[in-house]
Amino acid sequence: MNRNPKITRRALLKGGAALGAGLVIGFRLPLDAAAQQTPGVFAPNQWLKIDRDGVVTITNSVPEMGQGAMTATPMIIADELDADWGKIRIEQAPANPKLYANPVTGNQAYGGSRGVRDHLEMWRKAGAAARQMLKQAAAQEWNVPESELETEPGVVIHRPSGRRLMYGQLVDKASQLPVPQNPVLKTKDQFRYIGKEGIARLDIPVKTDGRAVYGMDVKVPGMLIASIERCPVFGGKVQSFDATAAKAVAGVRHVVQVSNGVAVVATNFWSALQGRRALKVTWDEGALAPLTSAAISKQYEAMSRQAGQVARNEGNAEQALGAGGKVVEAVYQVPFLEHACMEPMNATAHVMPDSVTLWVPTQNPGGHQALAAKLAGVPVERVEVVTTLLGGGFGRRGEPDFVTDAVETSKAVNAPVKVIWTREDDIQHGFYRPATYNVFKAAVDANGQPVAWWHRIVGPGILIQKGRAPKGTIDPAAVEGARNHPYDIPNIRVEWVEKDFGVPIGFWRSVGSSQNAFITESFIDELAHAAGKDPYEYRRALLGKAPRHLAVLDAAAKGAGWGTPLPAGRARGIAVAFSYGSYAAHVAEVSVAPDGGVRVHRIVCAIDCGIAVYPNQVRSQMEGGAIYALTAALYGKITLDKGRVQQSNFHDYPMMRIAEAPKVETIIVDSGQAPGGLGEPGVPPVAPAVTNALFALTGKRIRTLPIDRDLLKRA
Amino acid sequence: MAIPVTINGRQQQLDVPNEMPLLWAIREAAGLTGTKYACGVAQCGACTVHLDGQPVRACVTPTSAARGRRVTTIEGLDAKGEHPLQKAWVEEQVPQCGYCQSGQIMSAAALLAAKPSPTDADIDAAMAGNICRCGTYQRIRAAIHKAAAMKKAGTR
Repeated sequence: MNRNPKITRRALLKGGAALGAGLVIGFRLPLDAAAQQTPGVFAPNQWLKIDRDGVVTITNSVPEMGQGAMTATPMIIADELDADWGKIRIEQAPANPKLYANPVTGNQAYGGSRGVRDHLEMWRKAGAAARQMLKQAAAQEWNVPESELETEPGVVIHRPSGRRLMYGQLVDKASQLPVPQNPVLKTKDQFRYIGKEGIARLDIPVKTDGRAVYGMDVKVPGMLIASIERCPVFGGKVQSFDATAAKAVAGVRHVVQVSNGVAVVATNFWSALQGRRALKVTWDEGALAPLTSAAISKQYEAMSRQAGQVARNEGNAEQALGAGGKVVEAVYQVPFLEHACMEPMNATAHVMPDSVTLWVPTQNPGGHQALAAKLAGVPVERVEVVTTLLGGGFGRRGEPDFVTDAVETSKAVNAPVKVIWTREDDIQHGFYRPATYNVFKAAVDANGQPVAWWHRIVGPGILIQKGRAPKGTIDPAAVEGARNHPYDIPNIRVEWVEKDFGVPIGFWRSVGSSQNAFITESFIDELAHAAGKDPYEYRRALLGKAPRHLAVLDAAAKGAGWGTPLPAGRARGIAVAFSYGSYAAHVAEVSVAPDGGVRVHRIVCAIDCGIAVYPNQVRSQMEGGAIYALTAALYGKITLDKGRVQQSNFHDYPMMRIAEAPKVETIIVDSGQAPGGLGEPGVPPVAPAVTNALFALTGKRIRTLPIDRDLLKRA
Repeated sequence: MAIPVTINGRQQQLDVPNEMPLLWAIREAAGLTGTKYACGVAQCGACTVHLDGQPVRACVTPTSAARGRRVTTIEGLDAKGEHPLQKAWVEEQVPQCGYCQSGQIMSAAALLAAKPSPTDADIDAAMAGNICRCGTYQRIRAAIHKAAAMKKAGTR
């Protein structure tokens, strides 16, 4: 198999005139009748085209944010097409939901680890249809039955006569044929690329030599650079501003008010920043000005004594809890968290009288197209969106704010404008993973087995805050991972009390599951220890109705050597969770320094994502998910005082670094089921695996994140 | 008054204020965007370049500090993009989003120049200033060891 990505490197570089040198992701116009009829190009659908040289250009609709979409997408299409991997070129799709919307959600927006799992079947059909048409074209050419033909990468073969035609030789004839709606798909044993090892990511070479173009790197002729001063308090507004000193800074061209604050627009970023520092803004800080984290916790606690909406109710948990048996209770809290994408938020917009061009690292090309159209007052079809590479996404890059900034500023100054956020802007003006407060009660029988599970969550609802779920209903994001825990307990009640202080909240890698797995997997561990049982065996006994949970739990335990001796001062913890279509279990091996510092030495992860399309990237996502989760568990905390975020950069919102990073070993459990997600499912079980290990080691139960080292300090 | 700086072997006159961080002079005045902005306060290493061969954080280095000196960015690490680290980065399939990787490679290149066979502890120390939010650390470590072995074997 030719796995040389060099041709793709060329493809990635083409079409860069408007944006200067360096990588520009190919950008293609929507497929229309004209494109269909381009002589010498076979384009049976919006996903692929083949030219007379046999070059296969595949359009990828899923933004490349590090998860490998730019390679997984062509792997799937090329496999069913039986394309020569060395002749693949990849282009990033324009915003055009009619052609490129996710077929499951109906939106051209990407979150929820939906890349492969929602598109696999559609992309396979796109490739298979083209392959069938190429075979039909060859059958006509040779006047033989199609059933006598087969394909090898890039070529149709008639074995009885030994004849061969390259795909490029068949494009004209194939273009005349009708597109089959239900082409025959390969069987698993026929895959060439799907599920195979050794396929190199197409975007890696340009990410090692400086050619990769992220939103931050976009260059447009005549472009100005802007930095926006935002109200430090959420929801605050500009009351007045004095731009005299800002305008006196060399390079500053404009100072304009926009929805999110005051934009200082300059010929370069440094001038914009200096101008911003010289700017004087008087804010109307609004209703959240007195808000503090302490007040939030206190009110959550008060509200935890109110009944909530019932998210799950089986048997009668309250009756079982009052039956006079042993009851275990605990309170768990998690903080707000910011995504901290490595590339700070940014977008470049050129608003013209009747059209807009947007260059943006986006998880939401369709939504951002519609937003830009609305802000600029042009029809949505007149907004061209170029999705650049994303320097991290994690849920942050689907939000509207950075696009609003660029479109409004460009419109105001009548020039193309790149708005660049500072790291401080990023940390202090995010859409945070919600802080929540959780009360657990469990009734256990004489053997320590749970007979009732009662859980009340207090916190805000992301979908409700965004107007995507009605107020007064249960926000699915708030209870995911809590209401669907897998344990077979006769009486279960899960309630949700909505409390939204108005702090902007958003989808943070694995969303509700990120925190609900921590609390449920900690509490089940508490029950195991209260029963004097091994936490792994205790879970096993309750997973009789959850075979896929059980399979990954067993695989992780086996891989980690659960129950085998460890060096002195070390212990293991285990946890399991379902999220975003996949099942994951983790075993963490930890030690604690005398000062309470936690060291995670090793993580073994077992993942069942159904069919594993791109195994090396399954491992990458598990490795990365573990580090993302550990960063949150060990350090992650956004706090508020006077309505302001107190953290500002990596010195006070730290990230895990190389010396602290454990080895992550990934075991792929092949269940043969439909594909699940990967970007998120590697996160949820990590924090509880670590805190459960800490309990095994120290007898101290961590019920609040991040882990407080003072609790673990040895006197 | 323009500041003379040799970037990747090419002498340039950077028409920027003395105090403008070298990062922005490199990215916006010289047009080399491989060097990244991510924190602005020398906390993350995404902007790492070599100044006369030594790794520096360009986001806190005034451009005037580079006057008359040699700056090497990721674009100039190897003429063909085939430095052993770049090859090892591809072989180990290190990057995910990739945004931090220019800085990671520049820090690693300075390490290998000083210590051709680094230990894990050497890697921990030399790479401590570089954050990867995607968490590619174990692959970074493996790639540095691989590049060191390649260099030693002279197989570059």
